[in-house]
Amino acid sequence: MKELRVTPIKNGTVIDHIPAGRALKVLKILGIGDSVTSTVTVAMHVPSRAMGWKDIVKVEDRELGAREIEKIALIAPAATVNVIRNYNVAEKRRVTLPDRAVGILRCANPNCISNVREPIETEFVVRSKNPLRVVCKYCDRELEEIVTHIV
Amino acid sequence: MSSFQGRDILSIRDLSRADIELVLKAAKKMVPVAAGSRRSKSLEGKILATLFYEPSTRTRLSFESAMARLGGRVLGFSGTEGTSVQKGETLADTIRMVESYSDAIVLRHPQEGAARLAAEFTERPVINAGDGAGQHPTQTLLDLYTIWDEKGSIEGQNVTLVGDLRYGRTVHSLTYALAELGAHLTFVSPPTLEMPREILEHVKERGLAFRTAHRLEEVMRDSDVLYVTRIQKERFPDPQEYEEVAGSYRVDEAILRDAKRGLIIMHPLPRLSEIAPEVDRTKHAVYFKQASNALPVRMALLDLILGGGE
Repeated sequence: MKELRVTPIKNGTVIDHIPAGRALKVLKILGIGDSVTSTVTVAMHVPSRAMGWKDIVKVEDRELGAREIEKIALIAPAATVNVIRNYNVAEKRRVTLPDRAVGILRCANPNCISNVREPIETEFVVRSKNPLRVVCKYCDRELEEIVTHIV
Repeated sequence: MSSFQGRDILSIRDLSRADIELVLKAAKKMVPVAAGSRRSKSLEGKILATLFYEPSTRTRLSFESAMARLGGRVLGFSGTEGTSVQKGETLADTIRMVESYSDAIVLRHPQEGAARLAAEFTERPVINAGDGAGQHPTQTLLDLYTIWDEKGSIEGQNVTLVGDLRYGRTVHSLTYALAELGAHLTFVSPPTLEMPREILEHVKERGLAFRTAHRLEEVMRDSDVLYVTRIQKERFPDPQEYEEVAGSYRVDEAILRDAKRGLIIMHPLPRLSEIAPEVDRTKHAVYFKQASNALPVRMALLDLILGGGE
């Protein structure tokens, strides 16, 4: 019998199929730090038929917002987000990267107008999804090291 | 109605080949009006706001002259001293305020993307007159006009861009436009100041062949247009290296011995030593003409945007 290292949760979200090693970045996106009051379980380097190795994050008593899911898509394009309600998978969906990434990335160009105090949200046009390439709508520069520029 | 009416001009890449050709033809018709030999009132009653967050004599004066020649009026500022900008007003708020005072807005701003932001906060057309190291589409249009007017066409011309191709925004925008219009491009620069890879890729994607070279001598013989830009001292940590590099891209009479008879030499100005003064007297020199073409080109654009002229 297959041994379960991580026990089922009653209510919350399971983020599965995260590329191995990226679970901590997912935690960062979800803002999981000192002040979290529910249980968070992280499984790293779990064998996966589809991916070889993968990471899994389980967050109890929390469902994710659309922006959070978009951010996860930036670092884990194949991730699935399962919403658990009363031990059942109430919703299961793949993360999807929108054609335009709004308010989830910061432009690396210090002289871009989106980096000064103006009443706008950052916006990046997704030029390609694999490999991920995004260009700032305002200054037209391609964003390098996308992961480090997630808001 | 013109396809330009009420339209923003933020980047040369927003303009199609047909759009560019429309502006060039309209500019040609504006030449006598620009020279003051024919009068026009096509923009009478219209107001253009020129918001120059950093000074630029040439661009600002030519926009103001263009508007005045067409019977319109201008208001605005040059430098932010004494304006609400200095009190910390956002660009978005300034634009919302200026919208009610004018029919179109010309913006020069030190930060990249400023014109695109401005356009989001107003229904009025916004013309980008330079946003930091970003775009300056009307400069590109006047460069294109100069080639078209001097050579009779742009497609098929051998255009050689020389100097700082890495940081110069002028040559980047011009390269995109020339690729759109089917010119044959040659890029000549020191190895450290080569045209950025993504722009070369773009040219390739357009199905156009291009050449790169490090020495001007190699390409003089078959160039129809030589577009010279300044190599800035700040790009070189070592002043001696700067002197050597700058010296090797200098256009003088000696290098012109190999040139085609019909070669034209362009430069966005101001120039330093990259074109020797002796070249000014040759028939190749069109850079002062190029600067004066700013007027009919900007008039044509204003007329198309505000007057619906064709």
